[in-house]
Amino acid sequence: MSSSDQQPAPPRLAMPELLIGIGLLACAGAVAWQTLAIPVSPLYSKVGPTVFPYITMTGMIVLSMLLILAAVRGGWQPQEEKETPTDWKAMGIVVAGLVANLVLIQPLGFTAASVIMFVLVCYGFGSKHTLRDALTGLILALAAYFGFARALGVNIGAGFIENQLNTVIDAIIATLRG
Amino acid sequence: METLGHLGHGFSVAFSPMNLLWCLVGTTLGTAIGVLPGLGPALTIALLLPITYQVAPEASFILFAGIYYGAMYGGSTTSILLNTPGESATIVTALEGNRMARSGRGGAALATSAIGSFVAGTIGTMGVAFLAPVVVKFALAFGPAEYFSLMVLAFITVSAVLGSSSVRGLTSLFIGFVIGMIGVDLQTGQPRFTFGTNELLDGVDVIIAAVGLFAVGETLYMASRRYAGKDEIVPLKGSLYMTAAEWGRSWKPWLRGAFIGFPIGAMPAGGAEIPTFLSYAIEKKLSKHKEEFGTVGAIEGVAGPEAANNASAAGVLVPMLTLGLPTSATAAIMLSAFQSYGINPGPLLLTTQADLVWGLIASLFIANVILVILNLPLIGLWVRLLKIPAPQLYAGILVFATVGTYGISQSPIDLVILYLLGAAGFLMRRFDFPTAPVIIGMILGPLAETQFRRAMTISNGDWSVFYTHKLSLTLLTLAFIGLAGPHIWAFIEHRRRRGPEHVPGDA
Repeated sequence: MSSSDQQPAPPRLAMPELLIGIGLLACAGAVAWQTLAIPVSPLYSKVGPTVFPYITMTGMIVLSMLLILAAVRGGWQPQEEKETPTDWKAMGIVVAGLVANLVLIQPLGFTAASVIMFVLVCYGFGSKHTLRDALTGLILALAAYFGFARALGVNIGAGFIENQLNTVIDAIIATLRG
Repeated sequence: METLGHLGHGFSVAFSPMNLLWCLVGTTLGTAIGVLPGLGPALTIALLLPITYQVAPEASFILFAGIYYGAMYGGSTTSILLNTPGESATIVTALEGNRMARSGRGGAALATSAIGSFVAGTIGTMGVAFLAPVVVKFALAFGPAEYFSLMVLAFITVSAVLGSSSVRGLTSLFIGFVIGMIGVDLQTGQPRFTFGTNELLDGVDVIIAAVGLFAVGETLYMASRRYAGKDEIVPLKGSLYMTAAEWGRSWKPWLRGAFIGFPIGAMPAGGAEIPTFLSYAIEKKLSKHKEEFGTVGAIEGVAGPEAANNASAAGVLVPMLTLGLPTSATAAIMLSAFQSYGINPGPLLLTTQADLVWGLIASLFIANVILVILNLPLIGLWVRLLKIPAPQLYAGILVFATVGTYGISQSPIDLVILYLLGAAGFLMRRFDFPTAPVIIGMILGPLAETQFRRAMTISNGDWSVFYTHKLSLTLLTLAFIGLAGPHIWAFIEHRRRRGPEHVPGDA
């Protein structure tokens, strides 16, 4: 992940892979911590709720050691993958779109938040037609909201756009039933 | 023939107008998502899981099965015309198929893959119908210890034997175990891995896990790789009607592919990679046109693997329906759909849910017929789908990811979990960890734990049940061979050769 090691010769120690291995070890630590937090009733002392977590924890420790070992030996990524530069700018904009969606979905509702995310993700992927993307996003979000969510009976938080349209649709249905 | 009677009844279920409609919707949707790169059947079925609250089990499983089969057909179109395999199972199809398309025989490649898929899919579905009752007879003798050992075997095969590295595959599996254990322990009511929060008491929904890993993770990966290579769609050339010579070169590979694919798919190992590669190797060896392989594209190299792929997809349904043992991410998500209906797949399923199982199998035959029609005369439609530009495609995938996740409980916390899993999915994709074992571990892990605890309760806490029962011991031994065998083999080879070449990081 770090872009600091740019030596032409492949380094003996593969830093990104090492971080992955250490990260997994940290996960095993979190599993251990949470397993210790499980209160064990003496009634279930035979095979209680902690046996599987302990097995999982052991497995994760062994696997993280093997990953770290592989990283020390030079990592497992093919040369081609290593040499492809990561497009941090594009990723950053896509992440910004996801975060915007997360922050805005409650105050603005699904459709508005989705349009903003759609535009940002398209921009991140290199689209230059922001206005057209906004329109596409709006149509898609509305289709997703009314086609998918209402048909499946999934309740998605409604914002001002959905409320307006829902009122219109209910009015039309009421007139049709008349 | 008892099976034929059941099957007849199944067709009466599947031919109801509503179920036919579900089958049509499923196969169309399945072909579409199979064609679109970045979308797969596992993700699509996960997003559609809420439908299980709305319609009868027959309807949703006919829909899901249509998507499952359809994605196999659609995936080959993308492999042939775009050379970007939609799924790992169609990598081999891309090898020869794309070369055929480049040398102006794309039409024949698409035709042999669609008709081959139909032939193999039909043989495979017949295999399901006749093999399932046989497996059930065996499975009825299984106790909790045998089930647990069988699941261990499946865990090893799906994560360690298939794929490029057993360490990375098992790592994915164990991450799946942890995700699966989050929430209230069903036997004791104790909360586990909730970090003291109430939001995690219900556990992590499989929808969030699948969408996070497959949609968000994939989108982040594609964004990080924007300049890595632009795909070029090969314009469709050549007649869709195969010549007599092409038929003559195709039919044997279809049959061989089907008979390689189905048994391997039906084993509790699953996976389409091995049968497709095996079929490719065999066809290359048997072909009278070896010079076409790797140059202008050989039709046998498309026909065989494509048939093997579809037959193994059908085979995967055997352990899923008879043992409740999913061996692919898609099957694992279908299993969670069964759970959502309160149905436990297993040996009793065929008798207690006869309408559902036989209706489903019958609808698979119908799906195959619909799919060959959808994928040959209507191929132009699907080629146009390939022209959706990547920015809008991935942005759209994220919109649907939001619908699926936020719709569960309108909680932004779910979106946070989704994005965290998306980040994990990105890292896994970037560092070559397979993602399917996460989903399998998450769904099958808790079931394995239940069987384990049941076995231990019956034996009064005596661990020896797992190796004193003959069948259980056999299964565990097979699992051990699967895990250690390749390493021991490699070690012996290494000692024998004493070659100086040291493969770094061959973990």
